[in-house]
Amino acid sequence: MDKIIYVDNAATTAVSDKVLEAMIPYYKEKYGNPSSIYSLGRGAKKAIEQARETVAKCINANPNEIFFTSGGSEADNWAIKSIAFEQAKKGKKHIITSSIEHHAVLHCVESLEKQGFKVTCIKVNEKGMVNPKDIEEAINENTALVSIMYANNEIGTIQPIKEIGEICRKRGVPFHTDAVQAIGNLHVDVVNQNIDMMSISAHKFHGPKGVGALYVKKGMRIKNFIDGGAQERGLRAGTENVAGIVGLSVAMKEACDNIDKKSAKLKKMRDRLIESITKIKRTRINGDLENRLPGNVNISFEGIEGEGLLLLLDMKGICASSGSACTSGSLDPSHVLLAIGLPHEIAHGSLRISLGENNTDEEIDYIIECIPPIIERLRSMSPLWEKIVEKEKEERK
Amino acid sequence: MAYSEKVMDHFANPRNVGEIENADGVGEVGNPKCGDIMKMYLKIKDGIIEDVKFKTFGCGAAIATSSMATELIKGKTIEEALKVSNRAVMEALDGLPPVKVHCSVLAEQAIKSALSDYYRKKGIDPEPIIGKIKGCEGSCSNNTGECHSEI
Repeated sequence: MDKIIYVDNAATTAVSDKVLEAMIPYYKEKYGNPSSIYSLGRGAKKAIEQARETVAKCINANPNEIFFTSGGSEADNWAIKSIAFEQAKKGKKHIITSSIEHHAVLHCVESLEKQGFKVTCIKVNEKGMVNPKDIEEAINENTALVSIMYANNEIGTIQPIKEIGEICRKRGVPFHTDAVQAIGNLHVDVVNQNIDMMSISAHKFHGPKGVGALYVKKGMRIKNFIDGGAQERGLRAGTENVAGIVGLSVAMKEACDNIDKKSAKLKKMRDRLIESITKIKRTRINGDLENRLPGNVNISFEGIEGEGLLLLLDMKGICASSGSACTSGSLDPSHVLLAIGLPHEIAHGSLRISLGENNTDEEIDYIIECIPPIIERLRSMSPLWEKIVEKEKEERK
Repeated sequence: MAYSEKVMDHFANPRNVGEIENADGVGEVGNPKCGDIMKMYLKIKDGIIEDVKFKTFGCGAAIATSSMATELIKGKTIEEALKVSNRAVMEALDGLPPVKVHCSVLAEQAIKSALSDYYRKKGIDPEPIIGKIKGCEGSCSNNTGECHSEI
C-alpha cells in the first residue's frame, strides 16, 4: 500500500517537524537532569519552566498552575482521585460526571464508587449534549467534584463548559474538564470558562506521546500523585520527560496560534464528508452539528458492522476508527453511541473520521469515492440488511 | 489483536457468499445486539452437501469464519459436517484473537442450525441428532465483552 490516508486524528496525530526539531537537543547535547546543579542540568530545568510558561499562556493560566504528567489519562486520574479524597475528608463523597466521558474518567469514577463514593452520571441528549441545568440539579451539599469533558472524542460534541463552570463556581464545587480533544481545536480560557482543573494530552495536537499536563487553579488542594523527589513542586516525583515537555509546549503553541485557520479548513472538509456520506441510504450522523469539533465525522450505517468497514477502508489505505480505539478490545458497542440512544445493532455499524491539519481536499474526494461501494459490499452480504430491506418493502405496501 | 493472513484472505475474498433459492436447509444464528448474525443455506442430495452459501452481518472474523465453515462442509456428508467444530474452523484459519473466538462458535452453530432445519423439513426431530443450537441470546450488554458463555 503506497498511499496512506490518515483520518484518525482523534486517536493520535503525527509529531510536527518543528516539534521534533525542538525535542531532539534534549535527547542529545542537552540531556542533563533538571534537578542537577551544573549548567547542563540548569538548562534542562529552564527548558521545562519555559514550557510551563508557554502552556499556561495558551490557556490563560499562570505557570505555577501547570503540572506536567505522562498524558491525559494520568491528568484525569490525578485530578479526580486527588480532589475526591481531599473532599472526602470533609465528608463530601458525591461525584458528578457524564455518561459520555472517556474511560480515563469513567473508570476513575467507577473505582471511587467501589470505595464508597456516590456517583451521578448525567445523561446526555440524543445529540450528545450535557444540559447544565441537570448538573445544577444534581449538585448537593455532599458534592465533591464535577467532571465533564470539554469535547467528546467519538462524536465531537462540545459541551457548554463555561456555563457548567459557572454553576460549579457558584455552588463551591471543584470543576474538572478533560480537554484532551479540545486543545488545539478550540480556544480554551480557564479563567473565562470557570475551569478549576483541566487535562491536556500532547499527542492529540502534533506533540509526542507519553506527555500531558494538568492545570490546577491556584488555591485548589491537590495531593501528591507520585511520591519521591521534589519534581513538579513535590507533587509528582520522577525525573521529568524534558524532551517530551518541550515537545508538548512547542506543539501547543503551534496549535493554539493556528486554531482559526485550522478550524476553517477542517470544517469545510468535515461538512463535505458529512454531506456526501449521509447521502447513502439509511445512514445517520451522530452528535451535534453545531457544537462539534471541526474535524469530527461520526456516521452510523444500518445493516453493517464497523470492523469490516474499517478493514476494507484499510485495504484502500484509509486509517479511520469505529468509535474509540481504546474500546476495540471489547465486543460491546461504544458507550457514547449507546448513551445518545442508538440501538446496539446500529451503534455497531459506526465510523469515526477525525480530520487533521495534514489532510487534503484530494484525500476527502478519495474517501468519498471509497465509502459507498464498501457499504454496498458489506450490506449485500448482511442478513441484517436483508431484513431491513424486507421491512421497508412491507411498510411501503 | 492481529488477524492471521488466512483470516484476512477469507474476509477480503469470502467464499460462497450469497443465498440458495429453495435451499434444503437454512439456519440463522447470532443476534444483532451482539453485532453478529450468520445465515447459512444448504443444498443437500443423498446425504451430501452439494452446495452451501452464507450471509453474515459481523466483524472481519465473523465473515472469515463463515466463509471457512462453508469451505469445510462443501461436498461433505451430513455426518462429516456435523463433526466440524469451532476449533476446526479456527485451526483452518490459523487461529483467531481471543476476543474473536466466539465467531468460530457461531460458525459451528450456523452449520448445525442449517442442518437442523434440513431435518425439520423432512419431518425428523433434529434435536436427538444435532442437539440444541447454542446461540447468542443477546447477553452481551453486560459489558464484559463475553457474548457466548459456552466458550
